[in-house]
Amino acid sequence: MTQAAAHAEGQQHPIKLYLAVWLWLFVLSACSYFVDYFQLQGLLRYTLITLFMVLKAGLIVAIFMHMAWERLSLVYAILVPVGAVLVFVAIMVFEADHTLLSRMTFLTSGP
Amino acid sequence: MAEHALTQPGEASSETSGLRSIASDFASDRQAFRHVSWGKAMMWVFLLSDTFVFSCFLIAYMTARMSTTVPWPNSSEVFALTIGGTSFPLLLIAIMTFVLISSSGTMAMAVNFGYRRDRRKTAALMLMTALLGATFVGMQAFEWTKLIHEGVRPWANPWGAAQFGSSFFMITGFHGTHVSFGVLFLLIIARKVWRGDFDRERRGFFTSRRGSYESVEIMGLYWHFVDLVWVFIFAFFYLW
Repeated sequence: MTQAAAHAEGQQHPIKLYLAVWLWLFVLSACSYFVDYFQLQGLLRYTLITLFMVLKAGLIVAIFMHMAWERLSLVYAILVPVGAVLVFVAIMVFEADHTLLSRMTFLTSGP
Repeated sequence: MAEHALTQPGEASSETSGLRSIASDFASDRQAFRHVSWGKAMMWVFLLSDTFVFSCFLIAYMTARMSTTVPWPNSSEVFALTIGGTSFPLLLIAIMTFVLISSSGTMAMAVNFGYRRDRRKTAALMLMTALLGATFVGMQAFEWTKLIHEGVRPWANPWGAAQFGSSFFMITGFHGTHVSFGVLFLLIIARKVWRGDFDRERRGFFTSRRGSYESVEIMGLYWHFVDLVWVFIFAFFYLW
C-alpha cells in the first residue's frame, strides 16, 4: 500500500453526518441524565441506562471511529474478542452471588 | 488460483463483503487487513487490549458491588452539586459528559478536514479538542478534591461500602490518565499538522515514516475510545 493509495482510501464523509451523530450523542446523554434526575427506579431505570449506553457506544464506534466503513475482517477481528468480556461478566456474576451468600451465612453477627 | 491471489492483490480482494471476504483476507498469506495501514490496525489492536483493561476494572467494580453486604453509596447524592441552595444530582458528571462528547465531535471534524487536506482547520479543531480534554481533566481533579475533602478514601467512605472509594479512584483515575495522555498526543499531532508535516510528507522523528493525514485519524481513534470508555463509566458507575 503506497501512501498515495492510502490517501485515496481515506475516510471521506459529509460533515452533516458528523453533526447529526454529535447531536444524537447530546440527546442520548441528556436522556440518560434525566433517568437519574427523575429518579426512575427498578427495571425501567436499568433498561433505559443500558439502552442509551449501547446506542451511544454504537454511534461512536460506527460513525466517529469509522467502523461502519472498515473492511469486515478488521471489524470482526476487533469486535468478536469483546464477546469474551461478556463471558467474563457472566462468570463473575455467579462468583459474586456465591460470595454474597457465603458472607450472609457466615459473617452476619447473629444474636 | 491460490498462487494467483498471492501475486495479484487486486484480484484477491474481489470479495468485498460477507464471511467469505473474512476467510480470504485471513487466508491470504499477506497482510490480513487489506487497505488498512499498519498504523491504524495496530491502534485498533491497542484499543482492544485497552478495552480488556477497562472491562476488568468495571467487572471488578461489579463483583465488589454485588457481593458486599453493606449498602452501596447513592451516587446520585454523592456526586450532587449545590448551587444557590438547590442540590442538582450528578450535575458535574453531566457537564463532564457533555464536554467529552463535544471534544469527540471536534475530533471527528478534525479528521474530516484532515482528509480534505485543510491544514488550518484541522489544527484548530485538534487544539479545541485538546482544550476540551484538559477541561475534562480539570473538572475531574475538582471532583476528586471535593470527594477527598468529604472523607472518601480507597479503604473507607462516610456513606457505605468501602469498595466504593477504591472502585471510584481506580476507574476514574485510569480514565483521567488516558484523557491526559490523549491531550498530550493531540498537542503533538496538532503541532505537526500546523507545521505542514503531513502536506510535505516530512518524516517523523521517531518512526522516520512519511507524514500523512492518516495520523490524525489514528489519533482520533484513540480519542473516541476515551469517550467510549466514559460512556460505560457514566452508565455503570454513576447512573446504575
